[in-house]
Amino acid sequence: MDAAAISDALQRLAPKLAPGGGEIAALRRLSGGANMETWAFDVGAGASAVPCILRRRAHPMTPREVRFNIDLVTEARVLRAAARHGVAVAAVRWICEPGDGLGEGYVMERLNGEALGGRIVRKPEFAAVRGRLAYQCGELLGRIHRVPLAELPPLRRTCGVEEAVTFESIYREIGSQRPIFEAAFRYLEDAAPPAQEPVLLHGDYRNGNLMVDPATGLRAALDWEMCHIGEPGEDLGWLCANSWRYGQSGKPVGGFGSYEQLLEGYAAGGGAAMSVERLRYWEVFGSLKWAVLCRTMYEIFVSDEEHSVERSVVGRRTSEAEIDLVHLLGSAP
Amino acid sequence: MIDSPSAAEMLDGIAHFIDTRVRPQLSGHDAYMARVTITALAIVKRELEQGPAAESAALQRLRALLGRADGDFAVLNKALCEDIRHGAIDWRAPAVMDHLKRSIADQVRIDQPDYSGLKVLEAEPPAG
Repeated sequence: MDAAAISDALQRLAPKLAPGGGEIAALRRLSGGANMETWAFDVGAGASAVPCILRRRAHPMTPREVRFNIDLVTEARVLRAAARHGVAVAAVRWICEPGDGLGEGYVMERLNGEALGGRIVRKPEFAAVRGRLAYQCGELLGRIHRVPLAELPPLRRTCGVEEAVTFESIYREIGSQRPIFEAAFRYLEDAAPPAQEPVLLHGDYRNGNLMVDPATGLRAALDWEMCHIGEPGEDLGWLCANSWRYGQSGKPVGGFGSYEQLLEGYAAGGGAAMSVERLRYWEVFGSLKWAVLCRTMYEIFVSDEEHSVERSVVGRRTSEAEIDLVHLLGSAP
Repeated sequence: MIDSPSAAEMLDGIAHFIDTRVRPQLSGHDAYMARVTITALAIVKRELEQGPAAESAALQRLRALLGRADGDFAVLNKALCEDIRHGAIDWRAPAVMDHLKRSIADQVRIDQPDYSGLKVLEAEPPAG
């Protein structure tokens, strides 16, 4: 769908998106994201304009995506359940129906703030809040992990090290030959800590999916398409993977904070008992998961008619995850 | 056989054209994709320049590690993967770790030479 068609469809929905409706204005596709279309727009103009985001799927999911990603209707329902339990998320305004002409998608409020990780770790206007971001990330994650599972739509469920076994099977399906992957899979098998009680996982909780306000810090967790139920350490380790530190390798939490600050906030938010050692184990899993996901981008690149150059470049990011893995494995207990 | 312009020089010309003439005319997602394309061309250029030496160094290490004189990089790399997978080789052994570190550092120098993880690895004491 082009911008004009999307604008027309949104115009028909306008009364449902804002009280009294209004003209759809300033529609633009936000850059970034190889999988999903995200559009920003306003309903109405001037002081009464209601800022919104449309998330919609342009192409059907690949069989592999179906295994790991939720559809956007499920995503919207998870957001609503999380919001009911005090999790800071953007409010869902409308879940698209077949007659809306937008396909699979939903509209949510557009929050002010910065989500680009590089700016959050480097720009001077975030200096005042950077020191407390790791604690806030832990606190929000603790709340996410306490959302009652009974209130959620059906989600994929894993337990303990099962998720590592699943990602190993994807690597085997691809038929790639990479010795660092092999070493990391053996490490995860041999060093697995005992499983914890499964919780709602965000699934992509990292700097880059966090909306940060320069005055108050963390505002919301974005981009829930990989959410599932599983081991709490999975979200914590992913947040600490070096790929999301934007050059600030010495600050393991998102390039802005320490493990201790994160875990202190996590406990305050109601998260389960968590040690730095357990967290580091799941950080290895995080880098390995990123390595597998980058490698699958190459599979999509060669098989898809679009031949997206972006996917080919993400495919080459496999090596960034591998260099982090070899460093982590070299210092693993 | 091929003299000039070299492949790397032609890539420079393509990247320069996209950066100075194409990109300014684009906006939004297409402008972003133009930047990604320039990144992709830079990777290809580094691979042309550094790839052959990196692979031949990796092949020599693999021959020493596996005690084999036969086989090309693909064959020996696959053998190493299978040995690690089935425990025939301990990935923690210093010579194995040394090979893994050198190989991945060479690849990141091609794929993403500014990546922070490369500096972290280069600051480590040598394996063994």
